[in-house]
Amino acid sequence: MSIHVGEAAEAPDFKKAAHVLLGNKQVRANVRRATETIRNKRANVVGEMPDWEDLRNSAAAIKQNVLRNLDTYLEQFEAACTKAGGKVHWARDADEANRIIIGIIQGHQQTEIIKVKTMTSDETRLNVALEAAGITPWETDLADLIIQLGHDKPSHIVVPALHKNKTEIRELFMRTMGLTELGSKPEDLAAAARQYLRERFLRVKVGFSGANFAVAETGSVCVVESEGNGRMCVTLPDVMITMLGIEKIIPSFDDLEVFLQLLPRSATGERMNPYNSIWTGVTPGDGPKEFHVILLDNGRTKVLADGESRETLHCIRCAACLNTCPVYRQTGGHAYGSIYSGPIGAILTPQLQGMEHSQSLPYASSLCGACYEVCPVKINIPEILIHLRRRIVENGDAPQTERIGMNMAAFTFADSKRLGVAQKLVQLGNKPMEAIGLPGWSAARDMPVVPKETFREWWAGGRK
Amino acid sequence: MSAKNEILRDIRRAKATVDPPAPPRAYRTTLGLDREQRLELFTDRLVDYNATVSRCTEAGIPDAIAAALNARGKQSLIVPPAIEPAWLPAGFRFIPDEALDYQVIDRSEGALTACTAAIAFTGTIILSHGKNEGRRAISLIPDYHLCLVRADQVVDTVPEGIRALSGYRTRPLTTISGPSATADIEMIRVKGVHGPRTLDVIIVG
Repeated sequence: MSIHVGEAAEAPDFKKAAHVLLGNKQVRANVRRATETIRNKRANVVGEMPDWEDLRNSAAAIKQNVLRNLDTYLEQFEAACTKAGGKVHWARDADEANRIIIGIIQGHQQTEIIKVKTMTSDETRLNVALEAAGITPWETDLADLIIQLGHDKPSHIVVPALHKNKTEIRELFMRTMGLTELGSKPEDLAAAARQYLRERFLRVKVGFSGANFAVAETGSVCVVESEGNGRMCVTLPDVMITMLGIEKIIPSFDDLEVFLQLLPRSATGERMNPYNSIWTGVTPGDGPKEFHVILLDNGRTKVLADGESRETLHCIRCAACLNTCPVYRQTGGHAYGSIYSGPIGAILTPQLQGMEHSQSLPYASSLCGACYEVCPVKINIPEILIHLRRRIVENGDAPQTERIGMNMAAFTFADSKRLGVAQKLVQLGNKPMEAIGLPGWSAARDMPVVPKETFREWWAGGRK
Repeated sequence: MSAKNEILRDIRRAKATVDPPAPPRAYRTTLGLDREQRLELFTDRLVDYNATVSRCTEAGIPDAIAAALNARGKQSLIVPPAIEPAWLPAGFRFIPDEALDYQVIDRSEGALTACTAAIAFTGTIILSHGKNEGRRAISLIPDYHLCLVRADQVVDTVPEGIRALSGYRTRPLTTISGPSATADIEMIRVKGVHGPRTLDVIIVG
């Protein structure tokens, strides 16, 4: 198996990466400003929904149902999509998916594709594989274009160039698009992207997308977007390829009424995003003549196997948890070393990539619970973080000092006599400990002051 | 073993063994608005997205289209080939989309279509690309989209809008909520990227 989650397997430890990023004042200012804006917008449009909790409860229950019957729904989707003229492929891992995609493109003697923003293709490192095969991928989402032109990495699930401000984007566009003049307003930058991509939209014969939802009942696929680049990519080419993680299935068409309310308000703080495209197989006289769907596992069945964390697969990639997370808001997304950053990335990346990788990510959280509060599908991220920390400890992969410390604590607390002795020892050892500190622990934390008498002494001595 | 069989096998081994409860459906499916309240809300939402909205009677459609085109200084529009001819005002050129080349559509002044349903609460127009809506490319490539929405097509909520599609589910569907936009730069919604940068809506009835 060759499961990839972008470059997460080679990424440095979160703490090391975060330290470097915390020194970048520009990135921190950009991330702070952008997350603040989106948090406020989300709060406004969620606040006007008296039935928000009802929608969350429905969504969580629908996703539980999906995971319980995933095999059935996938086969149902395949049958419906095939009947409508689509071709369904199954891929066990990233490399298998990339091979299938390259095979389709080469089968049509094409050397370029237009792409709608898709995290799943970042996960499989599709662009790298395409370029190695002599195929040029054109990213068409504005933020993805900024990332591609700048040879940068995505730092956010919904707004991958969130770490760049408009001045930086203007400079990048002028340099890479060969422009001599360009205004500095966001409208000017959007217009430059329109100009740059228009000719490619009209010319390129193969389109590529991810999917926000795939409907088992009808075999339909739904792409949620804002700019119209998604509509271009799924409509204008002769051949369309859509890759989605197997967990993106929803049972019925009407379930869209739940998710199309939750996703835009959670993701961009809009009542509805400008465009949704929903299509089923091939429609004669309208759009692509050939449609391929790739159903990707790439570690998802491993996540499904852990009953305590499988609800990670409920995620609809809205990124509300990133925008609200006090850790993400300080470090930005690059510290996570994964295309999936923030709280959801901290639980998704290590589970997909394998627990031996990305070990520091479940610790990249203060467990404050804000992520759970905003999650539209009610993923209990704090509990899963703790569960994953336990798995890391059980695998013997936790930091050495922490493991020894926790084992000693367990031994001590298991017996009241031992605890009594330990408390006396702590009183005696308090002075030297204050002087030395615990390496790696007390650097950022105060050592607690030990009281003059223990609780037991106070109780036994008349409670004065 | 094929990839399909291996993935299905892994899912069957991994998935929960107990059925979860049936999903609750306690969310709102209607706002209980009367017709005028509903149209007012729909109009407010469209204006909030920077769309321009006008209203006319069934008989007034040609005049309303003419007024919109005059306001935008346009002489011609692409239309679905089977569009209702009684809608089209004299004095303008309406080009039927008989499998027009994308380049031709790109050089056009815009497109005129009807829709299948609309949602007041979110200011959303839904096209199922039938007779009066045309194929997807014509309401996408041009920079201007003029859309006719019949008052009785407008519903209160997203659930009502999705259910209004029950006869159109496997057709290509496009939902449109205002002109093309992006929030990719500093999370500020700005109008106009690749889809039509100008959306005019005429509510009929």
